[in-house]
Amino acid sequence: MAGYLIRRFFLMLVTLFGISVLVFVMLRLVPGNIADILFDAAGLIDTADKAKLEHDLGIDRPIIVQYGNWVNGLAHGDLGYSYVSEKPALQEIAPRIPITAKLAGLALLFSVAFGVPLGVISAVRQNSALDYVLRVISLSGLSMPAFWLGLLILMACVAWFGTIPIYTDPPKGFWNTLYLYSIPAAAVGFRSSALVMRLTRSSMLEVLRQDYIRTARAKGASLRNVNYHHALRNALLPVVTVIGIEAAFLMGGLIVTETVFNIPGVARFLVEAIRWRDYPIVQNLVMFIAVVAVGMNFLIDVLYAVLDPRIRLSG
Amino acid sequence: MRARLNALAAAALTVASASVTLVGAAQAADQPKHGGIVRFYHRETPPSLSILEEATFSVNAPSMAFYNNLIVYDQHKPQNSDQTIVPELATSWAWDKANTALTFKLREGVTWHDGKPFTSKDVKCTMDLLLDKNPNDKLRKNPRKGWFEEISDVTTNGDFEVTMHLKRPQPSLLAMFASGYTPMYPCHVPSAQQRTHPIGTGPFMFQSEQQNESIKLVKNPHYWKKDLPYLDGIEYTIIKNRATAVLAFVAGKVDVTFPTEMTKALEADIKKQDPTAICEIGPINVNTNLIINRDKAPFDNAELRSAMNMALDRKAFIDLILQGAGDAGGSLLPAPEGVWGMPPDMLKTIPGYGDVAKDREKARAIMTKAGYSKDKPLKIKVSTRNLATYRDPAVVLIDQLKSIYVDAELEPVESSAWFAKVARGDYSVGLNLTGNGIDDPDQSFYENYGCGSQRNYTHYCNKDLQKLFDEQSQMTDVAKRKKLVWEIDKKIQEDVARPILYHARTGTCWKPYVKNLTVMTNSVYNGYRYEDLWLDK
Repeated sequence: MAGYLIRRFFLMLVTLFGISVLVFVMLRLVPGNIADILFDAAGLIDTADKAKLEHDLGIDRPIIVQYGNWVNGLAHGDLGYSYVSEKPALQEIAPRIPITAKLAGLALLFSVAFGVPLGVISAVRQNSALDYVLRVISLSGLSMPAFWLGLLILMACVAWFGTIPIYTDPPKGFWNTLYLYSIPAAAVGFRSSALVMRLTRSSMLEVLRQDYIRTARAKGASLRNVNYHHALRNALLPVVTVIGIEAAFLMGGLIVTETVFNIPGVARFLVEAIRWRDYPIVQNLVMFIAVVAVGMNFLIDVLYAVLDPRIRLSG
Repeated sequence: MRARLNALAAAALTVASASVTLVGAAQAADQPKHGGIVRFYHRETPPSLSILEEATFSVNAPSMAFYNNLIVYDQHKPQNSDQTIVPELATSWAWDKANTALTFKLREGVTWHDGKPFTSKDVKCTMDLLLDKNPNDKLRKNPRKGWFEEISDVTTNGDFEVTMHLKRPQPSLLAMFASGYTPMYPCHVPSAQQRTHPIGTGPFMFQSEQQNESIKLVKNPHYWKKDLPYLDGIEYTIIKNRATAVLAFVAGKVDVTFPTEMTKALEADIKKQDPTAICEIGPINVNTNLIINRDKAPFDNAELRSAMNMALDRKAFIDLILQGAGDAGGSLLPAPEGVWGMPPDMLKTIPGYGDVAKDREKARAIMTKAGYSKDKPLKIKVSTRNLATYRDPAVVLIDQLKSIYVDAELEPVESSAWFAKVARGDYSVGLNLTGNGIDDPDQSFYENYGCGSQRNYTHYCNKDLQKLFDEQSQMTDVAKRKKLVWEIDKKIQEDVARPILYHARTGTCWKPYVKNLTVMTNSVYNGYRYEDLWLDK
């Protein structure tokens, strides 16, 4: 088990190094830099002034030097300065992480709270009317674009309640926070729960057909005991994988939801930073998202080992 | 009889007292109230808050309230003109006899937001920044350096008088100074700081800015205008998604939409959902135009450029793209909102502005002569920025060009690469948008059509016309200048320097309790001081 975890940990470090190089190089392969964009916004083509700005920002140096400076800064806790706001990158990034974390956490909670139980019910009551209804709901959750669903929710809120749950100021207090985050989280969680539900259902159906389930039933175990103790635990393995991937995705992939509900989270900030070629922000944010994604994968690997003794033993 | 007279008298008294009450109530309703925070939505995080360094009204809208100019356009007269210029940090101004020295007498007792006094030294510093002559400081970008090219020197006479010395007379200099683009900066604060934490003398002070979130302004308690501003603050919530922004306005999360951001269709949608909303649609002095590369074949042939111009159906553009909310015109904004636009009768005489069918017939004849036909069309690319406001008219353009045997393909260009591509001349035909900071021929002619100008993207250069630019620029008689300006504009259009497709009209909406809001009709850069804006609630 320890060997398994150590191997996974080192793999995680190598992955992060690879990502850092990729992000750094790819960002510079994209046409245009902050100087191009700033001068473009003013409709100016003043090459001397533009070159001066590039020099001041250090983006005219060889790429390897720039990479070295960045990694060296990271090692010392210095993430650099945002080219746009001219504030420390850490100061710009840090307040946005809890915002997205709250939204992602609530969305994940929504997806697990609805997806797993409904998936189990759908599997246990296979081909019943309830199963069909749940399958239609899950299919609609998967096929409805988040952008469209989000706008629909906002329009309904304005039409029925005369108000709109969008972020215009930081929420004050627990209930205000819950009000502001729960609706976008539900919009995201709807799609996510549909995925979890479908996966739980198919996984459960597969497990329920296994010999050991039949044996358990033959031995007189109660339906509840068979379904929830024997079947669900084994069916959860692929579900846990998907939940982990979803969690990592939600930390950086909520661009549409953050835009529609005007939430100043990580994803919207990242897209805006890419638009401005704000390298320090993009590099550090992508690395943060990468750390979350790789960390989640590591956690899933650990959970695998916990849930499945075969992995533990073979490791 | 007496009883009837008494009854009549009583009735008259009641009516009179009721009238007095009503008039009193109306007067009270018009009486400005102090306090409150007005909430706008902002379409994007501005590139910075430093007006002098930027060229988008995304900056002027929140930042104009930080500053004052020497002189400014009257904030409640929608049409900016020389007649609407009022004093601000200057109490008066005067030209010398030769019209080559403009002297401003400055207001005393004005302080910057950090408490330091405003003096002529600050004016000189600001002008040196704009003229790129400040030995201690330099603007990162200086997009309007050309506006002040005729100023040879700036001198001060004591703390409260400053003189601009010009190389030649240029009456339009007053318009440049009155624009929202020309605020005064403090000498003691580095210009770089103005990008992130502006210090001005204006009615509102900088409170905070969060990228992608908000910009907050707070009342300047020491503002030099007595009892102003009325508001305690202004808040801009950055809402990038326009659908969300419109819903936020309807739901009352914001009091005013981002200036001139509403299309005709959106305005109708808002009025349907909130009939109390006040919406105004008007021109913004931004034109959509065609840039044709005259340095490269096949458009180094003037006849082909002329054919391109004659293929245009400007009304179709306006109907399709703007649902009718637009105007055909030359390079200067058409009347009545525009001060210098060509009269419609004159416009109609220019090829491409009259009968579309006849013009296209002529264009086809030119194309046939050049060897093109329906079976052998001219294949080109129409390059444009990859933004809806650029792409949509480019698609209509491609369709219209088919009528003259031009088979065009759309080439959307990433915004950051657009001007560099145009500067390299790496295009055949492009579709572009041009905004005018002020409604004055000097700004438009020199910037967009002047020989060697950075923003003259097509490299159009007509030496004779350049002389006329200088001639009109020095004229003090407005009526005479206008006639010459019309002739110049007509010639520019006939030369197909940069064919203007249309001047768009867009709208601003606000809640009825927002008072004293005036939307400028011939520039989107000049009307955001907001010192006497107030909330009736």
